[in-house]
Amino acid sequence: MRELALRVDEIVSSDADAADRQTLPLLPLKVCGLTFRAGGRTLIDNLDLALGMHGITMMLGPNGAGKSLLLRLLHGLIAPSSGEISWNGVPLGHSVQERQALVFQKPVLLRRSVGENLDFALRLMGQSSQQRRDELLNRVGLLRLARQPARLLSGGEQQRLALARALAADPQVLLLDEPTASLDPASVQMIEGIVQDASRQGMRIVFVTHDIGQARRLADDVVFMHRGRVAEHAPSKDFFQSPASEAARDFLAGRIVL
Amino acid sequence: MHDFAEAFRLAFALAASGDADLIEIIALSLQVSLTALLASSVIGFGLGTLVAVARFPGRGAAIVAFNTLMGLPPVVVGLLVYLMLSRAGPLGVFGLLYTPAAMIIAQTILITPIIAALSRQIVEDLFLEYDELFRSMSVPTHQAMAAVLWDARFSLVTVALAGFGRAIAEVGAVMIVGGNIDHLTRVMTTAIALETSKGDLALALALGIVLLVISMTVNAMALSLRTTAARQAYA
Ligand SMILES: Nc1ncnc2c1ncn2[C@@H]1O[C@H](COP(=O)(O)OP(=O)(O)O)[C@@H](O)[C@H]1O
Ligand SMILES: [Mg+2]
Repeated sequence: MRELALRVDEIVSSDADAADRQTLPLLPLKVCGLTFRAGGRTLIDNLDLALGMHGITMMLGPNGAGKSLLLRLLHGLIAPSSGEISWNGVPLGHSVQERQALVFQKPVLLRRSVGENLDFALRLMGQSSQQRRDELLNRVGLLRLARQPARLLSGGEQQRLALARALAADPQVLLLDEPTASLDPASVQMIEGIVQDASRQGMRIVFVTHDIGQARRLADDVVFMHRGRVAEHAPSKDFFQSPASEAARDFLAGRIVL
Repeated sequence: MHDFAEAFRLAFALAASGDADLIEIIALSLQVSLTALLASSVIGFGLGTLVAVARFPGRGAAIVAFNTLMGLPPVVVGLLVYLMLSRAGPLGVFGLLYTPAAMIIAQTILITPIIAALSRQIVEDLFLEYDELFRSMSVPTHQAMAAVLWDARFSLVTVALAGFGRAIAEVGAVMIVGGNIDHLTRVMTTAIALETSKGDLALALALGIVLLVISMTVNAMALSLRTTAARQAYA
């Protein structure tokens, strides 16, 4: 009987995959002794981190602190030199990646139209529909640019398209790497609003920034990174009212650079 | 000087008259070079794509080989194919020497490295550009390949045009393995060489004009592809 059940499971697994994305939770996240070395330097240095089930985590820190590397490691795009990353016990690889979406600091867009960029992501999910596509485009304010070549968009529009594409995957966890660095204020506001909406609807957000004001606006909790380590991890209120680490105090006072 | 002007007048008259011999030569040229293009596109795009995305020992050597072979002198290709196809050669039994098939083989060998080398570069660049995104999105390999080839299509067609341009204009290889036999293996370039040496400048010039027109058409197509691609920011 148990064998039969297993086989039925396998048969319906293609349908189950979509459901798994939702049902097998990736959180909590536990990171232990994570180290990444390259070019003779230790860039992520014996880092520990734990993330809870809900909310928006802002990863704050100066340039070169290792924020982008950590995000890539968490997403499984690069392999650690040593240490453990456990997304609720799910092994790093496809099974983690397909439940997450990563918005890169520099958006990578296909050499296609805006609409076709979204179609590509929706088709991967097996749910390409004009309606869903237009809904997403509308959400990021790009509906009227649907036929434009994506790579002719402005920086802010490109990043909004990248965000729409990430949302098309309907991820459990949305990872964003400085998505608003050097964007126009309107795009920044729109992206922040969409991220907050997504969070309210239950999407787990990990948002990298070096912008203190942005961290203050969005954060439920703050992970402050410095020199490849987590110098401090605290609820937003605590972090901004009374930062515990000297590095964070210096950074908030504008005294830190690398 | 009088001869010169007269040759031009005759050439245009000949080109305009639709002379049967002329048409035959042009048709064979196109047939040989287009078939060679088809064959080297299959081989060249296949090899180029493989080397662009696969990691294997000897990959670097393959890239160096493609790039070096791009500059193969046509007469050397002709000589090698001649040695292969001549009666005493390893492929002599097929009796292909001095047939259009021999010319197709020679031109295929001539332009395959061009198509392989240029397409390798194009596919590899775009593949690298998309790589992190596709890994992040868990795009299956075959879909990733299809997306890269599709998005590179304008550049890849330009590569094919460059290959065709080289094939249709070369004389050394087809002369050696084709032999410039009237009504059998005479193509535009070999006919130009022969007629010039015989002093029949009108026919040579007429063929030269046709060759120029073909070459200009190919270049115009490449240019318009490039501007289309640029306009759509596909390039
Ligand atoms: N693949 C790599 N090889 C060597 N050094 C790297 C590599 N990736 C990033 N670095 C270095 O690691 C440090 C942290 O980079 P990064 O994570 O991008 O910082 P940030 O916090 O600004 O996002 C930087 O000094 C950067 O130069
Ligand atoms: Mg960074």
